[in-house]
Parts: sequence; C-alpha cells; structure tokens
Amino acid sequence: MITFDSVTKRYPDGFVAVDDLSLEAETGQITVLVGPSGCGKTTTLRMINRMIDATEGQILLDGSDVRQIDPPTLRRGIGYVIQQAGLFPHRKIVDNVATVPYLLGWEKKKARDRAMELLERVGLDPKMAQRYPFQLSGGQQQRVGVARALAADPPVLLMDEPFSAVDPIVRTSLQEELLRLQAELNKTIVFVTHDIDEAIKLGDKVAVLRVGGKLAQFAAPKTLLSEPADDFVREFLGRDRGIRRLSFVSSSYLKLRTDLTVTSSSAAGPSDDAWLMVVSEDGKPVGWLDRDEPFGTYVHGKDSLRAALDAALLSSSGQAVALDESGRVVGVATRKALDEALSEAADG
Amino acid sequence: MDDEQPLFRWSWVESNWNSDSPNSIVNLLEAHVVMSLVPVVLGLLVSLPLGLACVRWRFLYQPTSAVMNVIYALPSLPLFMLLIPQTGLTRMTVIIPLTFYALAVLVPAVVDGMGSVPDHVRQSAVAMGFTPLRRLVQVELPIAVPVVLAGLRVVTVSSISLVSVGALIGQGGLGNLFTDAFQRDFYTPAIAGIVLIVLLALVGDGIVLAAQRLLTPWMRARRAS
Repeated sequence: MITFDSVTKRYPDGFVAVDDLSLEAETGQITVLVGPSGCGKTTTLRMINRMIDATEGQILLDGSDVRQIDPPTLRRGIGYVIQQAGLFPHRKIVDNVATVPYLLGWEKKKARDRAMELLERVGLDPKMAQRYPFQLSGGQQQRVGVARALAADPPVLLMDEPFSAVDPIVRTSLQEELLRLQAELNKTIVFVTHDIDEAIKLGDKVAVLRVGGKLAQFAAPKTLLSEPADDFVREFLGRDRGIRRLSFVSSSYLKLRTDLTVTSSSAAGPSDDAWLMVVSEDGKPVGWLDRDEPFGTYVHGKDSLRAALDAALLSSSGQAVALDESGRVVGVATRKALDEALSEAADG
Repeated sequence: MDDEQPLFRWSWVESNWNSDSPNSIVNLLEAHVVMSLVPVVLGLLVSLPLGLACVRWRFLYQPTSAVMNVIYALPSLPLFMLLIPQTGLTRMTVIIPLTFYALAVLVPAVVDGMGSVPDHVRQSAVAMGFTPLRRLVQVELPIAVPVVLAGLRVVTVSSISLVSVGALIGQGGLGNLFTDAFQRDFYTPAIAGIVLIVLLALVGDGIVLAAQRLLTPWMRARRAS
C-alpha cells in the first residue's frame, strides 16, 4: 500500500504543485490520478519513487517512509512506465527489458531469459528481441516499456500517461492488455492520465485532482459518476455521466423473456404483434421472425447494462437479444425489462 | 629559355622518400601524424570533462564557448609568436594551438551530444534506478556518441590540414615541403605534400567513421529501417 500523508510539493519560487494531499493506493489495485494539466498528477507520481522529493508530509510504501530509502535502491524496486516508452535507443529490445535485472546484478543469461519471458507476456513476437527500439511501432515500444517495468517483478508499478502518445485503436488494446496483465499479476499500480475515460476504464479507484494540486475527489469510478463531489468533478467527467455509469451495472439484473424465441422449425408464434427471435438448432440467433430487420446482442451477466441498452437500441424492435458466453440465445430483454433495470440503476 | 621543368618529378620523391635527412618524406609524415593526432586526442580528453561540466553547470557554457570562439578566431601565426618564448621552435608550439582549435569544436559537440539524449530516455533511466555515474556511462554517453564523433571527424580533418601552417616556424610536418617548394620555385615537393596531406585526412576520417560504425550499431539499424 502506498500512503500519502498530507503531502505538499512547494517549489523555491513559491509555486505549489501538490497541496496537502492525502490518499491511499491499495495493494493489488489500480489507483488512477486524473486531472487537467497543471494539477500535479505527474509530480505526485514522481514523489513516490523520489524523482521529486516532497517538501512537506510523508509518503509511505508499505509503512516505510520513502525518504529513508536511497533513491536508486528504491527505484529498482518500483516499475516505471513513461509516456513515449523512454526506451534506450542504443540497446536491443531484450537488453532494454533486462535493464533493472542488470542493475540488480543478475547474470546476463538469467536477465535475458527473464526478458524473453516478459516480451511474450506482453504479447510481443520473440523475434523483436534482437531489434533496436527505432524498428518498432509506438504501440510495440509501449509494450516493451511495460515489460521493462515488470522485469524485476516489482510489487509496485508507476505509469505516467503510458498510452497517451499512441493512436486510439492501439490505446484501447494496450488498456485491455494492462487489465489482463493486472488480473494475473495483482500489482499495486498508480496510473496517471488526463483522460477521464481511461481513468474510469482502468481505475479501481480514481483520484481527481484540480489545478493547484488539490484533491477534488477520491472514489471508485461508479461513485464518481453517480456522486461527483462538486462542479469541478462534474464538469471534468463530462456529459453522459448517467449512461457511462451503466457500464458499472451488471446486465444480470435484467429479467429475460424466454417465450419470445422460436426455433427455425416451429414457425408459428404466440402473437402477431410481438417480435420473435428465431434461433438456429445450435442455439445461435438468426433474425426476427418474418421481419428482415437488424438485431443487437449482448452477453448476459458478463456485459454491462450499458451494453444491453446499446444492443436494444441497435434492434428495430427495441429489444436486446441475450446470449450466454458461448453465443447461444438465453432470452430476450424487452423494453419493459430494460426500463425496470434502468430505474433500479437510477435509484442506486 | 631553360629546359622545360616537368610539373612533377618522381625521381625527387624516390630520392627523398626515406633519406637520412630529417626532412625526408617519411620523417615529415611521421611528424605530421604526431602533430595532428596529439591535439585531437588531447582535445577529446579535455573536452569530455569540460563539456560535461558545461552540461552540469549550465552557466559555465556561455563563457567557455565565448573563450573557445575567440581562440578559434585568432590566426595561428600570432599564437605561435605568443608561444615561442615558452616552447621554442618545437612541436609543442604547433600542438598547443591546434589543441585549442580542437576544443573549440569538441566542447560544443559534447554539449550538443548530451543534449541529443531525449528527455524521456534520461528520465526513464533515473526511474529505473541508475546511479548518476552509471547513467552517464551506460546511457547518456553512448547516445551522445554520434554527435561527438561528427565533431571529431571535423577536428581530425582540420587538424591534419592545419599542421602545415607550422612550416612557418619549421614545424609543419609535410607542410615543410611547401616552404621548400616555394623557396626553390620547384613544385614537386608541394604537390607531393598536398597529395599526402589529403590522403592522410581521408585515412583519419575513415578511422573515425569506422569507430562510429563500430560504436553505434543502433544507428545503422535506424538507417536501414
């Protein structure tokens, strides 16, 4: 656990980058620091590994004051991923990843074996190992950056806008990759971003900072969306807060109708007005009975209520087709069911 | 009319190539190599700490480069005059000014080379837990190498060419062939001197270039990609 206890960073010219910050980053969770530029989020991050020293207050890493630890030693035990990856251009990818093991005095072979293992872990072709950073794309470089940060298996990972210099499609895949890795590794991650959507997607808890380095709110994403502490947070979260909050509500609350599906062989339906979903023999959705109109699906219980609502809006019938994880139809969520789930979600 | 003089006489080269005279071509070549190489090596050795100091304490850079530029602007002849009372008509009188000329190019090259290290690379090195010295040796200097060596190529070639000015005090290496030629109105030594100096410059440049290729395989990878 990383604890900030009334931490202030004041520069000699009087500029206050971080103002009396207190928060806790839980072990094994992703804590996101988010805010506009000038809110002191990067300064906050860098005070953890002492790239910047706090002027007042204490930062505790699992109970011990970071100021008591010699900076290079402290830093070798904390993974760090920087924007633009910060790879060493003069070293091959494998040696870039093995940087911290080398610093810790591992044998070259052991360090390289570990590096190869990590390259695979972050989804890179082992052939990349012998290349130099310039021969990789931005997204690949960023993956190498993550592998390098993980090389010595540090319990803590600091990530400073690691995905903001890559294009949106690559960014999305890197974000998902990080969540997948985190599910395996359970690191204590502090993640800095200016992108509130990224914060909400990745964070177990999100700290919203305002200009001048003051903490505006520190809460789980769902709470942030439903109960923003003040106008600043509300504005920073942007529009369609309500819709986005549905991402955190499970679709399992939806009551499904199973009488609205028919197998392709039995053509007759219960009523003429109802939209009936035709299901193939192996359970897959085929289309609406007698109506050549589009339909939307979601995975029941796994996808959020937002995904179910989206599926309903894509269907001409206004109904969402619920599937199980193997893609078989388990029922249909009608407008009425969606309506009920939405009003329940609105009540909290 | 006198007999028509050929522009170049091989027989002169042959008889003067390796004679006992201190002014044999081989001896002059040796003197030329020493007087041009020593300033390059000394320049490199001094410019590294000086350049790094200028990077570390930025306020040093302005005055340092101002002094360097003034020295660079001084013609070599008055510099020789200044030095002769101390060093006499020796090789040192040539080597010292050339070392300053080398510094005038190499100190900025070291400063620019260090400046060519991207900020995110330097910061990630800090964050990985490099100590300052290790960061300098393993990260910053290797990345600065291409810029420093580009400066070293200029210095090597200009140093080889500038040594010949030393002929004014009898210490010009192959440059002595020029004064010899002009005094006697006999061009063979001058042509031999020019050809040898150009060849020497090409060899020197080639050696630095080879060192650069050897030290920076990552630049080659970059060029190829």
